[in-house]
Amino acid sequence: MMRHLRAVLLAVLSALLLSVSLPSMAFDIEAMPTPAEQKRYDALIHELRCMQCQNQSIADSPVGLAEDLRRDVREQIIAGKTDAEIRDSMVKRYGNVILFRPPFEASTAWVWLAPFLLLILGVFVAVRIVRKRASMVAGDDSVVDTDESAR
Amino acid sequence: MSRFLIPAAIFLALAGVLYVAVVHSPNKSTMQSALLGKTVPAFSLPVLGNPGMNLTNTQLAGRPWVLNVWGTWCAACRDEHPVLLDIAKQNVLPLVGLDWKDEDDAALEWLKQLGNPYSVVAVDRDGRTAINFGVYGAPETFFIDADGRVQYRHVGAMTAEVWQREFLSRLPRGVLP
Amino acid sequence: MIPELGHFALILALVLAGAQTFFGIFGAARGDARWQAVVRPAVAGQFVLVSTAIGALVHAFVTFDFSVLYVASNSNSALPTFYRVAALWGAHEGSLLLWAWILAVWTLAVAIASRNLPASFASRVMGVLGFVSFGFLLFTVATSNPFERIIPAPADGRDLNPVLQDPALAIHPPLLYMGYVGLSVAFAFACAAMLEGKLDQVWARWTRPWTTMAWAFLGVGIALGSWWAYYELGWGGYWFWDPVENASFMPWLVATALIHSLAATEKRGVFKSWTLLLAILAFSLSLLGTFLVRSGVLTSVHSFAADPTRGLFILAFLIIVIGGALSLYAWRAPQLRSPAGFEGTAREAFLLYNNIFLVVAAAMVLIGTLAPLIADAVGAAPLSVGAPYFDKLFPMLMLPLGALVAIGIHAAWKRGQLGNNRARILIGLGVALLAGLVLVYGVYGVGKPLTPIGMVLGIWIILSSLFDPVDRLRRRLTLPRAIIGMTLAHIGLGVGLVAISTVESYSVERDAAIAPGETLALGRYAYRFDSIKEIEGPNYDGVRAVVTVLRDGAPVATLHPEQRNYWVQRSTLTEAGIASRWNLDMFVALSKNVGGGRWSVRAQLRPLLDWVWLSAALMALGAVFAVTDRRYRVRASASEPAGETTSEPKMAQGSAAAEAT
Repeated sequence: MMRHLRAVLLAVLSALLLSVSLPSMAFDIEAMPTPAEQKRYDALIHELRCMQCQNQSIADSPVGLAEDLRRDVREQIIAGKTDAEIRDSMVKRYGNVILFRPPFEASTAWVWLAPFLLLILGVFVAVRIVRKRASMVAGDDSVVDTDESAR
Repeated sequence: MSRFLIPAAIFLALAGVLYVAVVHSPNKSTMQSALLGKTVPAFSLPVLGNPGMNLTNTQLAGRPWVLNVWGTWCAACRDEHPVLLDIAKQNVLPLVGLDWKDEDDAALEWLKQLGNPYSVVAVDRDGRTAINFGVYGAPETFFIDADGRVQYRHVGAMTAEVWQREFLSRLPRGVLP
Repeated sequence: MIPELGHFALILALVLAGAQTFFGIFGAARGDARWQAVVRPAVAGQFVLVSTAIGALVHAFVTFDFSVLYVASNSNSALPTFYRVAALWGAHEGSLLLWAWILAVWTLAVAIASRNLPASFASRVMGVLGFVSFGFLLFTVATSNPFERIIPAPADGRDLNPVLQDPALAIHPPLLYMGYVGLSVAFAFACAAMLEGKLDQVWARWTRPWTTMAWAFLGVGIALGSWWAYYELGWGGYWFWDPVENASFMPWLVATALIHSLAATEKRGVFKSWTLLLAILAFSLSLLGTFLVRSGVLTSVHSFAADPTRGLFILAFLIIVIGGALSLYAWRAPQLRSPAGFEGTAREAFLLYNNIFLVVAAAMVLIGTLAPLIADAVGAAPLSVGAPYFDKLFPMLMLPLGALVAIGIHAAWKRGQLGNNRARILIGLGVALLAGLVLVYGVYGVGKPLTPIGMVLGIWIILSSLFDPVDRLRRRLTLPRAIIGMTLAHIGLGVGLVAISTVESYSVERDAAIAPGETLALGRYAYRFDSIKEIEGPNYDGVRAVVTVLRDGAPVATLHPEQRNYWVQRSTLTEAGIASRWNLDMFVALSKNVGGGRWSVRAQLRPLLDWVWLSAALMALGAVFAVTDRRYRVRASASEPAGETTSEPKMAQGSAAAEAT
């Protein structure tokens, strides 16, 4: 499968190089009509995964599929769709896997929540340890060398 | 004791996940289509070799059919071509080709040289239809049922084994020869 | 002939590694001096053998021996000599051999430096390292033999991946591996302590320099990779949260926590079990990184060719090593107690708080990196996690950490006594606030919301770090290298915070198509495309453009972006044109020829970007100062057996015993 994907990638890349002389290939460096739309476009294309590549966004990928998807985003923005609608259209066709920012839904919320839960657990553990140690200060007569106290 | 149990539990869970990941990794190519169970996206595309004629999804409704995404630039498509010719000979399902981001002349030449397994070939010059199908590489082959719903998508070169296992098995009873 | 010699040497090395493990662990367990006497010779022998093997592979590369499959796959007759050597670590088999060799180097260093450590402890350390070595050598010999022949030999090779034909990237893997492998030393020290059933402040003192050096190498390796990505990948980014990048960053975060935990253990004898766990965790993440890159479970621009069999092997090794260590931990940790007490505002407490944030950050990166695998394993729909996730969560964890560092630097051991340092804390904060506000609202302009916070915290950390050393110098007290080291490293952290806050908020980027003669405007700057011509190199051809950067109309820099087509692998790479000033990088990269003489380019202004790498350099420099501190260079303290000659970790000075605290 890896071999096949690589072959496809190489083939598409060579196709791209061949077709590069066509002026129509310049579409993705045309600016969006308004700066606000340009900002939305830039943000969205960084959030969408190039499905043919190894872990790149469609913003950073030169392959044909990425260009097609960028064009799709561009057309949807111009047609007045909201960011959420554009993302939804992508997910409808490619699944959640096309979003680099995992959505906050029932099946994916754990990705966002787990770090926070761990942090809460960590704080809880720290508080417990500190409480215990603080109560031991009175009985601890070890002397700390103040001259080298920073080490 | 809990100081040990928590790291141990995390470690074991992780080991389990990684094991499954390794075992699954060769099969990553069979990524499930997001369209499974959903109606096929609407399209109206010119027919290869028949300028002026259009192929639409409504024309194909009412019976199961197969969509094969290909292009003359795609090496693996060339690899799978003999399998497609065999499939066409069986004559159980209409094989519709989607010529993806290709040149008409090259496509016609290719089919002339290698043989044409397709009942009809739709031309997707700019790739808009393909992305509506959630295609991310060629070749890909879709099974669409009589109600017009996508039931299966195979990524990569078609093989007789996959055809048997995933496509023929989805035919309604009594259709097989 | 020579490749076969190399192969044979590897097999012998494997046997010696087995001996090193067996006699090290069981020799110490039985208290058998003769068994333990085998260990150091075994280490030396392994070093010689693995060096022979790696030498044989280098020889095959340098002499264009394409009958060796690995050489044929990664080299080419047109490849310059330097890259022929670097090609050694260009793909899986060779990089694994490099791993094994670097492990042999570290083990040899430990063998030499540990001559005045208690014999049984030293034997155990080397025994554990021998086990790791055994695993890697077995993996190499059994599944990834770099000396495999290809008959008939091809006339020419497939060339080294052009992406790797670059000086920075050539040196990046060895440095990174020095870090990854170095963490095995900390791991070995931890296991040895658990096997001995003894973990005290002296143990912490021994372990610290090794861990600090490994941490430094890892940091430099990561920074080098980031720098390379910036000027080579063509899009001006310096960190992508790619799974392989994450695989190196996680051990670094945990190693940071480990060196701080070790400080508390050495100073006050606290956090013994946490230190052990962190040492196990750091090395586990090292091994996990090796697994992720080579097993094919994750797609990444960095990963080596996938092979599930290899993946299973590494996974099995991972499970054995970590499972074994955790079992030791379960057995011994309950026995580790310390009577030391400390207040909630004591230095120990701050170290604890910081470590919580560091470990949670590492866990967050792990969750994000593995989430696609976890989703797949439980049968859920496929999921992607990329930069948007990490870019959101990482700052949320790092900013509180920054505040804790800025304050915690002033905390004293045991009793904190922050009240004594209230002036320092408030002055530092005040100046930082002022400077930060001036930068944000005066110099750069309003950017993202978190930017002022990052700036202020960064500056505050720098100021906090300087109070104590400056005060010592003023009062003509000694300034031990350990304190210089700590100061430099923390300043490095502050610099990094300021740099990242700035570059993330105030970078300017434009993609456009321009023709020679045209100019692209970016604020006060303008990029004028002067000319473009064809070029040829040793194994590539391409184009080279001249772009002049103007500021307010006056030229300030000339950039030379290139695009190269490497013949053999038929791939195209961009070399960005970059001009670095002390406070700004001017960047341009060629994207593609769009016809009509026009090229699409990406132009960027990146303020303070080089300070990101400066921060890594400062941290590494701090590490060097810290490990060359006097207390590692004098005779061992009275807590060790008397009558032994000194040969401490870094430099043998043999001076009269000064009480090492």
